[in-house]
Order: sequence, then C-alpha cells, then structure tokens
Amino acid sequence: MKIAVCVKHVPDATVTKRIDPGTKRLDRSGEGALNPFDTQAVEEALRIKERDGDGEVVLVSMGPERALDSLRKALAMGADRAILVSDEQVAGSDLVATSRVLAAVLEREGADLVVFGQQGGDSDGAVLGAAVADRLRRPIISQVAELEIAGGKLKGKRQTEFGYDVIEAPLPAVVAVSDAINEPRYPSLKGIMGAKKKPQETLSVGDLGLEAGNLGEAGSRTSVLALNDPPARGDALKIEDDGSAAEKIADFLAERKLL
Amino acid sequence: MIAVFLEHHEGELQKGALGVLAKAAQLGDEVAGVVLGSGVKDLAARAGRFGAAKVFVADDPALEAPLPQPRVDALAQLVHEQDVDTILFAVSVLSADVAAGLAARLDAGLNWDLVDLASDNGNLVGKRPALEDTVYVDVGWTGETRLAMFRPGTFDPVETGGEAEVIDLSPQFVDFSTQATMLEQAHAESEGPSIEDADVIVAGGRGLGSPENFSLVEALAKALGGAVAATRAVVDAGWYPYATQVGQTGKTVSPKLYIACGISGAIQHKVGMQGSGVVIAINKDPNAPIFEYADLGVVGDLNEIVPKLTQLVEQRK
Ligand SMILES: Cc1cc2nc3c(=O)[nH]c(=O)nc-3n(C[C@H](O)[C@H](O)[C@H](O)COP(=O)(O)OP(=O)(O)OC[C@H]3O[C@@H](n4cnc5c(N)ncnc54)[C@H](O)[C@@H]3O)c2cc1C
Ligand SMILES: Nc1ncnc2c1ncn2[C@@H]1O[C@H](COP(=O)(O)O)[C@@H](O)[C@H]1O
Repeated sequence: MKIAVCVKHVPDATVTKRIDPGTKRLDRSGEGALNPFDTQAVEEALRIKERDGDGEVVLVSMGPERALDSLRKALAMGADRAILVSDEQVAGSDLVATSRVLAAVLEREGADLVVFGQQGGDSDGAVLGAAVADRLRRPIISQVAELEIAGGKLKGKRQTEFGYDVIEAPLPAVVAVSDAINEPRYPSLKGIMGAKKKPQETLSVGDLGLEAGNLGEAGSRTSVLALNDPPARGDALKIEDDGSAAEKIADFLAERKLL
Repeated sequence: MIAVFLEHHEGELQKGALGVLAKAAQLGDEVAGVVLGSGVKDLAARAGRFGAAKVFVADDPALEAPLPQPRVDALAQLVHEQDVDTILFAVSVLSADVAAGLAARLDAGLNWDLVDLASDNGNLVGKRPALEDTVYVDVGWTGETRLAMFRPGTFDPVETGGEAEVIDLSPQFVDFSTQATMLEQAHAESEGPSIEDADVIVAGGRGLGSPENFSLVEALAKALGGAVAATRAVVDAGWYPYATQVGQTGKTVSPKLYIACGISGAIQHKVGMQGSGVVIAINKDPNAPIFEYADLGVVGDLNEIVPKLTQLVEQRK
C-alpha cells in the first residue's frame, strides 16, 4: 500500500512564537522542528507498512526550504521519500490555498491512504485533513485514536463530544490521527545516517501546474487585519523545582486558604 | 444572510450552536439556522425560539449519522441556492470537518477559534486568540462566502421566543460523500464519576508516563478532598475513563482549584478549565503552554513533587 503523510515544519517549542507585525504572518525565522503532532502520523504509516511487509511511505510538505530538516527527521524514522513544495508564491497561504497545494501533490502521488497529524502546533486548526479530502474527493475520518485496515477498508475509532464513534470507509481514503494513537519511535543512528540519501524532491508551483493567483496570499480567503495584546492576566508565579517546590505549592495553597 | 449550523444530538439542538445563533442575531440582520439530519423537522422549528428568523432544513436518511461529508454537500447547495453568504459554526469534531470541507468546496475563507465577531457595515471582523493565546488577532474574509468557527462555550443561548419560517432543502450528494459509514455512534455516557461539581480538581496528563501513575494524582486529590480529571491524550490511550476528561470534547469545569500534572495545556484542554479559580501547573518542560495560564507554574518532575505535596497536604490540613 502506498501511504502519503502530510507533515509540517513549525517553530521549535523553545522558540517564543510571534507574528511579524509587518507581514502579519507567523515569524518563521527562528529554529524549526517537525510538528510534534505529525510524528504520530508518520509512526502510524510506518506501522501499516511494516504490518503489510511492503508498501511505501511518502512525506508531503509545504513550507520554506528549511522544512527539509523536518522531513529528514521523518525520513530518519523510516519514511521512504519526501516531497517539499517550497516557493515564494505559496507563502502566506491559508487553509483554502494550502489545501489546494497539498491536494495537487497528493493527486500526483495517488496514494491509497493519506495520513494527517492531529493539528498544526502553530495553527491549532485540526482542519486541513477534511479540506484536502474534499479536494481529493475521498472519504475522511478525523481524530482517529485506533485505526484498523483490512480488506480494502479503513476502520477508525475516534472521540467526539459524546464519547466514541467507530467509522468505516473504503480505500482510498484520508485520515487525521489523534496524538494518542501510538508512541512514535525515535530515529535510530542508522536511520539518521540513511535519511540524507533518501529521495527528497523540492517542487515549485510551476512543477505542479498550479496558477500563482490561486496560491499564497492571493489565493487565500482570510486575512489578518490587526494584532492586539491579550487581556492582562493577574500575577502569575513561575518557579523551578530545587527540591522545595512541594513546600512552595503547599504555602501557596495555604496563603489562598485552599488548604 | 448569516446562517448558523445547528448541530444536534439525540434530539437536542446543541447549546454551543444556539449560543452562536444568539450572537449572530445580535449583529443586526436576519439570521437563519440550518438543521441537517434525518427526522429533524420538529427540531428545526424549535430554533425560532433562539433567534432564528428562518430555518433551512435538509431531512434525508443520508444525513442520519453525524458524518461531515454529506453535510458539506447540503451546505454548499444552500450557499448556491439561497441568499446565504456567511455560515457560522460552534466548534465540534463534526463541525470542524464540515467547515473545512466546505471551505475547500466553495473556495471560502474559514477563520477558526474565534471568541468574538463584530459587524462593521456588513464587514465582519473576528477576534482570534492565537499562539497559545499570547496574541489576539483581528481576522477578516476576502472571498464572497465567509465561514467561521467559534471556541467552545463562547456564547450562551438566548431564548427570544420567536418563530422561524422553515424552508426545506433537497440536497444532492456527490459520490464520495456517502462512502464513509458510522458503525457505532457515540452516546452521551452518564456513568463514571462526576467532576463538574468538584471544588478541587487534580488532573493528570500524558506526563504521568503510565496508567498506574494515576495513583499519584488520586492520592493528592484524596488529600485535598477533590476529584481526579484527565486529558484526551490519556483517555484516548485508555488510561482513564472518558467521564473524567476535561476540554473541548470532555467536560467543562470551574473548580476553585485546578492542579494540572504532566499536562502540556493544549488549547482544546484549556477551554474546559479556564473558568477555574486558581490554576497550578506542574510540568518538566519550561516551554509548556500550560504555564501561559497557570497562577503558579512549577517546572519540575511530577514524580518527585506530587507525592511530597500529598504528604504536606495531609500534614497541614
Ligand atoms: C478536536 C479536538 C478535540 C480535543 N479535545 C480535547 C479535550 O477535550 N481535552 C483534552 O485534554 N485534549 C483535547 N484535545 C487534545 C489536545 O490537543 C492535546 O493533544 C492533549 O490535551 C494533550 O494531552 P496531554 O497534555 O496529557 O499530553 P502531552 O501534550 O503529551 O503533554 C504531556 C506533558 O507532560 C509533561 N511531562 C512529561 N513527563 C513529566 C514529568 N515527569 N513531570 C512533569 N511533567 C512531565 C511534558 O513536558 C508535556 O508537557 C483535542 C484535540 C482536538 C484536535
Ligand atoms: N504546510 C503543511 N504541509 C504539509 N502538511 C501540513 C501543513 N500544514 C498542516 N499540515 C498537516 O495538517 C495537519 C493539521 O494541520 P492544521 O489543520 O493546520 O491544524 C497537520 O498535523 C499536518 O499533518
């Protein structure tokens, strides 16, 4: 089975995220990393391939050139090859424009299964999977915490506001996985060494036959109008445990008459 | 016209959706509700009491199960056939997939996680807290159709007691939309401990490392006379019952004290506990988002801190 996994390069957790007031876009100049929520998507794809004993896991990403670092991390986990769409013309893409680009790559690849992570760590949308599924004209099962594949069908268990649904769909299909679906592996040293040599393709908008007017800011249908400070919060205290944290918490509780 | 997607479950219009309807009705123009399902005509009429002037109804067996894709077909048709330029959603697992699919189908802008919406001569401006709520972004739409999704619990329903004109839709479904089938559908489960009335909640997340380690938070909760709660990550993993989950797809709680142990503080968790009086977070990662909204943030190992704290609480109380 051919499996495509959509992964995103996001600001590293140690970077204080900010929106650039000039461009009104997320400042991506700092250190980046593979979106943590996408490691479970990669892991799930690898497990399916390993269970089947054959198949291919292709990574698909849209982002700056440096997103290759994140793709290499996923290749080191065991994915077979990577495709990055990197082009000035896709910068500033919203959901509508991003889904168009990813769908174009996925259309070309024709995978049996497309896997998305739970959410972008920078966008918190959890929306892209369903948008891409509509463009690919394929069924979607989102937020899947348990996935079974047998007889050309996909069965996903996922949580809603009311408990757990079990949904079935025929392949080819799209899934977005919950971050509890599995425990992602760490890349082995061999995996890291091998990642560099795996096929990595960088595509431009032209390579995909897409029109620039439909992409990036021009192709987006939402806009950022202004940036404001959040409402002020009360005094917050942050301490590092030096062995006395429990005491300090107990004192804090006592002061507030919560003990 | 603004239309509001009215999600329903087991014969009840959902509170979140009715809240969005109330908000939309405040914006000035006439507001419509949209009810999609099977055997839902009666439900539709009820929306008039909450501010809808019109209710569009698609009553079709293909809409029986709460699956998103047939709903995208119905809403796309609504936009094409009726004078609807804006569709608002209260976020849910279902509505997120519907809104996103519809955005792609109509090439329409979708802004999500909104906490407010204002109309400036018909120009809509949404308010969106972003980047762990460290910045409040004013967002707009540039296309003809505008889609927006609101954070859970943002608006309360308002009973206006009006009556709505009910308008039938007969949606056509595209081939791929009806391929997914619901084998088992979630039912509101009432079993399990009730955490909504607790004054003190000690919550555990994946940082506990194993289901067995829930004994640490259970002991602290017991010492404080409180209840134990969990994140979706540990509920999805089967470590703790769904009834104890706090967040977007779990319970909304507002105890006097909320102690988060090994919880990163994702936005979907925050929306379930932001009404808490005092929040204490114990997390070994100094960059965890939970520290953005904890009154007392403790960077450290919960395995060390929680048992010690339990002991101290027992000694001092
Ligand atoms: C549609 C949707 C609905 C959702 N609904 C909900 C919901 O209702 N409720 C909910 O909670 N989530 C919900 N989520 C999931 C949410 O986005 C997060 O994935 C989830 O809350 C993460 O759970 P966690 O904090 O337990 O796990 P993680 O994010 O894995 O965090 C674990 C934390 O523990 C810390 N840690 C590890 N070891 C230690 C140690 N020894 N000592 C101290 N700290 C340690 C780590 O630093 C980390 O910050 C939803 C997501 C979506 C997309
Ligand atoms: N630029 C991107 N390139 C590839 N995949 C992406 C991109 N942005 C988001 N994704 C995928 O879509 C999922 C959901 O993202 P979002 O809807 O933005 O929260 C992520 O977990 C990724 O799997």
